[in-house]
Amino acid sequence: MSKTIGKTRKLSISKLFVYFLLLVAAILSVFPFYWMFVMAANHNSAINAVPPAFIPGKQLVENFQNVLSNIDFFGAMWNSLIVASVTTAGVLILCSLAGFAFAKFQFKGKNLLFIFLLVTMMVPPQLGLIPQYYIITKLDWVNDLKAIIVPGMIDAFGIFWMRQYISSNVPDELIDAAKIDGCSNFRIYWNIAVPVIIPAFATLAIIKFMYMWNDFLWPLVVLREESSYTIQIALRNLIDNYVRDNGMILSGTFWATVPLIIIFLLFNRMFIQSLTQGAVKS
Amino acid sequence: MAQPQLQPQTETKPVPAKPSPGKKRPFFHLSEKKKDALSGYLYISPFYLLFAIFGLFPMLFSFYLGFQKWNGLGEMEFVGLQNFRFVLSDPIFWKSLFNTAAIGIIGTLPQLIIGIILAYALNSALLKFKSFFRVSIFMPYVTSTVAVAIVFGVMFNSQDFGLMNVVLNWLGFDSVSWSTSEWGVKIAISTMVFWRWVGYNTIIYLAGLQGIPNDLYEAAKIDGASIRQQIQYITIPMLKPIIILTVFLSTIGAMQLFTEPLVFLGRSFREEGITVVLYLYREAFSNMAFGTASATAIILFFIIIVLSSINVFFTNRIGR
Repeated sequence: MSKTIGKTRKLSISKLFVYFLLLVAAILSVFPFYWMFVMAANHNSAINAVPPAFIPGKQLVENFQNVLSNIDFFGAMWNSLIVASVTTAGVLILCSLAGFAFAKFQFKGKNLLFIFLLVTMMVPPQLGLIPQYYIITKLDWVNDLKAIIVPGMIDAFGIFWMRQYISSNVPDELIDAAKIDGCSNFRIYWNIAVPVIIPAFATLAIIKFMYMWNDFLWPLVVLREESSYTIQIALRNLIDNYVRDNGMILSGTFWATVPLIIIFLLFNRMFIQSLTQGAVKS
Repeated sequence: MAQPQLQPQTETKPVPAKPSPGKKRPFFHLSEKKKDALSGYLYISPFYLLFAIFGLFPMLFSFYLGFQKWNGLGEMEFVGLQNFRFVLSDPIFWKSLFNTAAIGIIGTLPQLIIGIILAYALNSALLKFKSFFRVSIFMPYVTSTVAVAIVFGVMFNSQDFGLMNVVLNWLGFDSVSWSTSEWGVKIAISTMVFWRWVGYNTIIYLAGLQGIPNDLYEAAKIDGASIRQQIQYITIPMLKPIIILTVFLSTIGAMQLFTEPLVFLGRSFREEGITVVLYLYREAFSNMAFGTASATAIILFFIIIVLSSINVFFTNRIGR
């Protein structure tokens, strides 16, 4: 009897420790968001004081007005939205079509082409950076969102992902039956495969959208004019070109971060699953 | 000038080759087969076409450019191995390599260890508020790298009012000049990397932990195994593939570190924090030396290949 009591007590102590550990981790994870908000709502002088402000001040609106007078915040958000959503839409279509072909059609060289596709995933993107920039200048796409969107459509992982999903979720019998009924290949894709692979679409869409939204190096290289900046480049400009007003800088950063965080909180289960699943499955 | 015709041969030909008759799937007759092959090539062609233009050609062209002297505008001039010699004898390149490695290790290693611990905690039975913890720990990953670098840049302000210095002073230590000192810069940047990725790795480990069948633990408990033994003999070996994966991904990610140091250090490209990709970027777009930048890209490419192989080799040996 006494033995079991001792055991439960020990268990609850270890459990307390688990809670403590997780709570510390959660606080450290969330604190910078709070800190961002605190600074976004404080005057620079309150931030640059010892001790600095730890609670939100009354500068929330004014700081953001300063942001708006320094960068085209909404324009940059809009550019980011365009880049991320157009690329995502394109990738969904191209990758599902290619994945469908790799999963369900027989054609010569298929395996070789697929292996080639996997190999391309291993190459670091910086390797081709300079010639890519050169191509973009030749195409006259500098300062054009096309420079981000079109190369962004290349997504070997997406094709791989779609192929895996389609192979195991779209039954061959269904396709054969549709063929006997005289369905064209595209109609089979559209009417049979697409409805089945909606979950795979959702996963890939989240991964791709996040990736495009956060992309920095490539936009930095090809977007040189303010009207074409994505939000990441605009934020960088905020710290780079003007007098250091931390309240203003953090205000821009905060409002650029909030929309994504809200979407994440609303769909957190799907987000977490999608973003980690991608890594694990490959 | 010369190049642009080079690429298409190594690329797929979207022209449908005649499907060889009588292969694997006998239940379609020939015309159907041809149609399938045609659709197949058609559906995969956009990827290969785009990749040929924006992926393969640039990569090959980088190898060509590595041997040229070029400022991006004028004529190219063949200079043999001079670019490589220049880069490899440039102390700043070696500094950037050292910085990349140092930040990679400080930012990644603790991340993986703490990630496993947190995943283990999250996986413990009957835990309440599990999704609250999961969501908060994962949230940093949804933040853009630029935003992370800006926020932490302000926290790691070198003045006394920077949050980290406030904490240090409060604990009785002197302020650190985070943006100019050798290790201050590295610790600041590593912290950004750590904060953004630790939750991501935690969730990946958690997925791995959830994939371990409970029977194993039950059996171990019946045999009187302690929690430590359970971790050592069940958890770690079963988690090995995932650990290899995360080490692999982290190594590649660490080698490509760019955004955090650029945002944190501004246009100064300070030596304390310059990374290999930052060095490459500086050569190309600040010094307009596209030849040496390409040579750097090629060197980086080989470093990544070698590192990934070593990496996988060593991680494979854990727990053997």
